[in-house]
Amino acid sequence: MTREISLNVNGVPRTASAEPRRLLSDFLRHDLGLTGTHVGCEHGVCGCCTVLFDGEPVRSCLMFAVTAAGHEVTTVEGLGADGGMSPVQRAFSECHGLQCGFCTPGFLCTVTALLRDNPRPSEDEVLEGISGNLCRCTGYQNIVKAVHRAADLIAEERTDR
Amino acid sequence: MKPPPFDHHAPETLEEALDVLARTGEDAKVLAGGQSLIPLLNMRLAAPAHLVDINRVTALDTLEATAEGVRVGALARHARVERSEEAAGVLPLLRAALRQVAHPVVRNRGTVVGSLAHADPAAELPAVLALCEGTVEAASAGGRRTIPAAEFFAGPLESSLRPGELATSAFFPAPPARSGTAFAEVARRHGDYAMAGAAALVTLDEDQRVSSAKVAYLSVAATPLVLDLTEPLGPRPPVTCDWAAAAAYARDRLDTDEDIHASADYRRHLAGVLTERTLRAAAQEAL
Repeated sequence: MTREISLNVNGVPRTASAEPRRLLSDFLRHDLGLTGTHVGCEHGVCGCCTVLFDGEPVRSCLMFAVTAAGHEVTTVEGLGADGGMSPVQRAFSECHGLQCGFCTPGFLCTVTALLRDNPRPSEDEVLEGISGNLCRCTGYQNIVKAVHRAADLIAEERTDR
Repeated sequence: MKPPPFDHHAPETLEEALDVLARTGEDAKVLAGGQSLIPLLNMRLAAPAHLVDINRVTALDTLEATAEGVRVGALARHARVERSEEAAGVLPLLRAALRQVAHPVVRNRGTVVGSLAHADPAAELPAVLALCEGTVEAASAGGRRTIPAAEFFAGPLESSLRPGELATSAFFPAPPARSGTAFAEVARRHGDYAMAGAAALVTLDEDQRVSSAKVAYLSVAATPLVLDLTEPLGPRPPVTCDWAAAAAYARDRLDTDEDIHASADYRRHLAGVLTERTLRAAAQEAL
């Protein structure tokens, strides 16, 4: 039995009808057409489906859309501003922090929250912060570099203002 | 990898939650953080007819730290408890163990009480509750009861909660004066379930000699196992304690099993190493 599920996605109120068993990841992709959120393992291991739920990174494959009703979700589509890329996205591009790109939306959401809470993380804090996101291409070196670079870019933006 | 159908209930008060649990009984599972339950549903290892989603019962989102201990409500997420300076001040072991629970993103959603109710013998928090001799508060339409940790963990993935009951909070008592605690585990990858893990509590007497030493183990038995290691250690000052002898004493009392990640002997070996490591660190903290 389907029901109406309303939530705020990337600052826009959205409503669609879905069964209670609809995972938030599938709701975003299939019911709202936001295919930036990727679905890898569907049991909470790979981190590809990570989105921001009320600002905190969570696995969207380990949450039901019906539980998320009434809350705020930010997906990779909502990270940029004014049609451009966010500092974290620019840093991943500059540092070649991706190859196939499948894991990237999850990394971007995780790192966005990481740098918001800890603007200048140590190497260990970066490794711990991204430990729940798997990448099968890069070997992580450039992803770690991208996180530090994103910290620089965010700091520069603050100074410019 | 999609969950089977279920009837979703979203109570907003404890009374509503207990009412729906009373009606649905054995056919219901409680959904809090879902970080263990939803993988089981996705893999179709579980197919409850009813899910009682307590995420809107905000009255259960509580965390209280006093001199007596830390009380964690059923909706308090791992991350909140981990970040709480008050909770870490009363029981540093709680934060030390929480930092080993999966990954930060999972801890944003998973709950402490949910982890206890899931009763995974490889999980960190059941061992902590068992070591501290904590309790779980259970409520049902028929009343409330307090379940000691020693009775709460009935078997692998099996708690002593009855159909219709909801674990509303857990209480982790503060360690006695002159105590120290430590936590360590060995996993194949950071964030994975441990092949073996240990939590230690060492208490000294007024002359700074070991008066009590206990270690709780995860991943070595069907339920969290607590060993009293006071005999091989006390009553001596920590500097003269034979930690290796205490580890050997513990190894002799562990009946480990093998799985694809570790043989029974290797797991027992790890438990011995972790016994020594955590006892030393706990004694150091107690001084």
